[in-house]
Amino acid sequence: MDFINSHILSLMTFLPLAGAAVILTVPGGRDNLVKTIAAVAAFLPIPLAVQLWFTYDRTVAGVNVASQFQFVEHYSWIPSINVEYFLGADGISMPMIMLTTIISFLAVIGSWNIDKQIKGYMALLLLLETGMMGVFCALDFFLFYVFWEVMLLPMYFLIGIWGGPRREYAAIKFFLYTLLGSILMLIVMLALYFNTTDPETGGHTFNMLHYMQQSTHNGWLQGFDVRILLFLGLFIGFAIKVPLFPFHTWLPDAHVEAPTAISVILAGILLKMGTYGLMRISFPMFPDVTKWFVIPMAILGAINIVYGALCAMAQSDLKKMVAYSSVSHMGFCLLGMAALTPAGMVGAAFQMFSHGMITAMLFFLVGVVYDRAHHRDIDGFGGLAAVVPVYTFFITVAFFASLGLPGFSGFIAEAMIFIGSFGVFRTIVMISASGIIIVAAFHLWALQRVFLGPLNPKYAQLEEINAREIFCLAPLAVMTLILGVYPMPVLNLMNASLIRLVDVVKMVI
Amino acid sequence: MIRYAYIIPFLPLLSFFVNIAVGKRLPRKGDWVSLATIGAGLVMSIVIFFEVFRIYDPNFKYHVVVPWLSLGDRFVINAGILIDNLTAVMLVIVTLVSFLVHLFSVGYMHGDPKYSRFFAYLSIFSFSMLGLVLAESFFFIYIFWELVGFSSYALIGFWFEKKSAADAGKKAFIVNRVGDFGFLIGFLILFAATGVLGFDEVFLGISEGKIGGTLLTLAGIGIFCGAIGKSAQFPLHVWLPDAMEGPTPVSALIHAATMVAAGVYLVGRVYPIFTPDAFLFIAYTGLITLFITATIALVATDIKKVLAYSTCSQLGYMIMGLGVGGFTAGLAHLTTHAAFKACLFLGSGSVIHAVHSQEITEMGGLRKKMPITFLTFLIATLAISGVPLFSGFYSKDMILKAALLFGMKNPHHMILFAGALLTAGMTAFYMFRLVIRTFLGEPKDHHKFDHAHESPPSMWVPLVVLAGLSFSFWYSGWFGDLIKKPAPIIPVVASVSAPTPAGHPGEAAAMLHAGAGEATHASAVPTAHAEGGHGKAEHAAPASQGEAHGPAVPAGHGAGSAGLSAVALAEAEGHEDSHEAHLDHVAHIWSMVLSVFFGTFGIALAFVVYRFGWINPEKVASAFRPVHKFLLNKWYFDELYEATVINGMKAFSRALGWFDLHVVDGLVNLCAQVGVWISYLIGKFDDAVVDGAVNGVADVTIGSGSIFRRVQTGKLYHYVFVLAGGALIIFLIKAF
Repeated sequence: MDFINSHILSLMTFLPLAGAAVILTVPGGRDNLVKTIAAVAAFLPIPLAVQLWFTYDRTVAGVNVASQFQFVEHYSWIPSINVEYFLGADGISMPMIMLTTIISFLAVIGSWNIDKQIKGYMALLLLLETGMMGVFCALDFFLFYVFWEVMLLPMYFLIGIWGGPRREYAAIKFFLYTLLGSILMLIVMLALYFNTTDPETGGHTFNMLHYMQQSTHNGWLQGFDVRILLFLGLFIGFAIKVPLFPFHTWLPDAHVEAPTAISVILAGILLKMGTYGLMRISFPMFPDVTKWFVIPMAILGAINIVYGALCAMAQSDLKKMVAYSSVSHMGFCLLGMAALTPAGMVGAAFQMFSHGMITAMLFFLVGVVYDRAHHRDIDGFGGLAAVVPVYTFFITVAFFASLGLPGFSGFIAEAMIFIGSFGVFRTIVMISASGIIIVAAFHLWALQRVFLGPLNPKYAQLEEINAREIFCLAPLAVMTLILGVYPMPVLNLMNASLIRLVDVVKMVI
Repeated sequence: MIRYAYIIPFLPLLSFFVNIAVGKRLPRKGDWVSLATIGAGLVMSIVIFFEVFRIYDPNFKYHVVVPWLSLGDRFVINAGILIDNLTAVMLVIVTLVSFLVHLFSVGYMHGDPKYSRFFAYLSIFSFSMLGLVLAESFFFIYIFWELVGFSSYALIGFWFEKKSAADAGKKAFIVNRVGDFGFLIGFLILFAATGVLGFDEVFLGISEGKIGGTLLTLAGIGIFCGAIGKSAQFPLHVWLPDAMEGPTPVSALIHAATMVAAGVYLVGRVYPIFTPDAFLFIAYTGLITLFITATIALVATDIKKVLAYSTCSQLGYMIMGLGVGGFTAGLAHLTTHAAFKACLFLGSGSVIHAVHSQEITEMGGLRKKMPITFLTFLIATLAISGVPLFSGFYSKDMILKAALLFGMKNPHHMILFAGALLTAGMTAFYMFRLVIRTFLGEPKDHHKFDHAHESPPSMWVPLVVLAGLSFSFWYSGWFGDLIKKPAPIIPVVASVSAPTPAGHPGEAAAMLHAGAGEATHASAVPTAHAEGGHGKAEHAAPASQGEAHGPAVPAGHGAGSAGLSAVALAEAEGHEDSHEAHLDHVAHIWSMVLSVFFGTFGIALAFVVYRFGWINPEKVASAFRPVHKFLLNKWYFDELYEATVINGMKAFSRALGWFDLHVVDGLVNLCAQVGVWISYLIGKFDDAVVDGAVNGVADVTIGSGSIFRRVQTGKLYHYVFVLAGGALIIFLIKAF
């Protein structure tokens, strides 16, 4: 028990990997065994997450103070270059860790109907979970980078092998695009490494928290021009992941081609790594540059919101529409963060959590109809509500959650972002707010074309959503609803840290 | 009971969840759950109303909050309820109409396959509306505002298999969102300036001067945009007539008493934030709406469409009334209208249920078949037409009076009164046209007529109750006493250039005495806060927080001008007080006389045209064919929006989609392509040049080898010859 408590983050990170290893030893043909092992391996982090939930101290902030991180594991890993195995959680990572455990498990359940090389698929999926969890727990930049790259590879294969017709194009595009970001990150990491000194040992360091103390920086790193360059390098790396306009075009392709569960993970968790990286790394390490860069960030956020929504409206493929709606929703995160106010910052983090759940629902739902009809053409359906009422109920819930109806978590997040940022950027927020009209329009328009109106006789025999699919959707729907009515459980988790983050960036403390 | 008021909205919410989850499996498909919860809400509301009524204090207020969302101590949003007289009245209206509509639906929706779903939607709608009424902050009213939009979407599109119904639901939601956008911006402006969200706190911030001038005007107009959407005002009125695609009880609920009333209620609730400019904007929006929609109602032949346009028009009256300073008037009309319009809609539902048609061209003579429906419909029609003794007269007359008073003080805004008066005549005309063509005369369609029958009690009982509430004695007296205009809170900034009006020596002193302490812009657009004008003027004591009435200053020497109205200032005379009372009296008499005259004329004309046939309407229509066509096509608003906004947006989004696919992504692919080309070129270079160089070296070596091999002949004289040649060359080089 002590071991579990003292290594809880490691266990959450590597249990899925262990599951993947076990899966590889299973002889071929035993698909159900593989699925069961995968489900168990993906489920095990959930009780641990519950443990985290109940033991996490919500009053300390973390962010840039090493002693305030919780569940810390700190060992030397590669002593010759001072790489540390340094995991810890604070209010920025906690919600993401929770989200990752839930979405990953549901993704495994959602993949139950995969029949092509299930062994490889599940092993890669679990490897992916390890990578994601590691990214959210790592506090050593080198370790962070390793996990970041670990994520990339399984994603490439999952899209490239189990994807749709244009899977290879999409996989390569995803891979190269993300790699471009990784390389920029690598360069910045090395620049930071060689220009900082660990105050304790005097050697170079990869410890992120040291980077946040200006005293560790040598003269070269104190130059503002240099800092701008480094910030931009990281920013582009993260912007690709968010994805921010104009680096977003890998996303629709990857989403459309990826199998359902992979789209769920991609939109539900991977996109958040971009904004998470900004919060965890860029903002506290370069507070001066961040302040200098807030207006461009807010503008990019606004462009994402409006441009993404308009592009979504133009799509005829349901999945592509949902993908573009993600582009739009992630713009809110950037807008809220750029405001550098408590409400904006917490709103942004809450939007990350909330969008993770809502978009996961949406992709699951699109997958459900695709599995049955084998196409996703919005105009190719009509009146489905009459044949599949339960499915329609869920998609209505998801759509209204996505378009920001009060009562769902998305509304709280967006409202907080608007409230937090309006005083800072008036015009930009007004333009962004017009997004609420467009978002409503394309959601309802799609809803109407697919589900309402006279029934398209081709689908009179469409099969209703089954229990397994409901099992994937219901927890998300319930959580979205509960957090929409009373968001404090999650807000309490992150308040202290995000307010500290705002203060750090504003250099109040 | 008032301390349990927060339970009221949760009752229907409970029945929503019950009916959504297990409604189908319950006995009677769960209708009783909804009916019981809303009935309990009605009882509670009535009890609360009487508690509040017994106190009989215009400043009564019950206000509780609990923290709901907080970010440490940096940012808090409270949840809470606010009950004042207006809330108490609204609670009764909403629960009463909602209860009656529930009851009516038991008969009307009988046998519908989605019966329990329908009651679930009614419940969620009631929940949203009650939450809206009880909200105590901009944030929460916005939340319930959106939820009302959602529930109306569900109800209007209830018969979603019909494309028109699905379209109408979508249209309602999106058009409302356009208004909500303005609402959002409005309350964000207020929040950015004051840092708070509660009504009272924001009012306090305004009175402290944290926001003012153009920005406050913009905030007010922004918030009013929300009302434009919900209350179907020009130019966002287009959703309401389409929304008649919903089942008729829905029309009664949404379009008579609740959803559309929400906009008017909002304006009343946040009344103190509006600047004179914002009020003018509101007044003219109301005028345009009431006139345009009334003209459309003149020619419509669908019974529900006529009622829909008349609703828009009556909402225009309320909005205009609020805009010209008739706070009590606008809200009184909201109250009376809720009853008689619900009665009209449910009556039309009863007719439609009986004849299975909505076209008045196929009706006629139904009086004999459906006496109760006819009688109640007639009473409600008399009310809406503004016939004395009926409730509509009481409230509409107050609006007209307010408009006239406003016009008398600002003659160039007299058009507000004129337009409203003319429209009052039109209202009487088109409503009686409806009654005559539906219930009187000979049946046009005998087949349908023969099948017609009076509706069951569950349907006519609500009609009788609502018709009973269409008499004016229910409202007169207490309503004006309890629903009083809140004291103005916007501090008036001293204007350097303000000419001293009238130059009365007592003026400045009077103003100082009145506590306002500041001069007014004489050039500002005037608002007459007409109702407070009974010889007493309220003044803006900035500390009065907008909750309480400012202490009324006894009319003394020129003190009546403290009403902060520029006009009042401009007209400030020594006998201001009596002048004000005189104006009020004159306005009252004239508006009453004129409105009765116009109403009577409208009714008479309707009888002349449709009952006695002295004028042939077809001939009139053909004589004014272009006008008739213009009106029949509803001023082409739908076509206009379709052609501009909707198609524009669609085209724009398609263009962006193209841009995204071909330009942004094209660039990405181009980069990739360029990469491939470069690598190809480099490959070629590598092949030809680098490897070529390597191979070249080898080739040269081999080539030279094969050449020089020949030198190695092994014959001595060859070597000697070369040696000698070499020596000779060296010698020659040395020599020169």
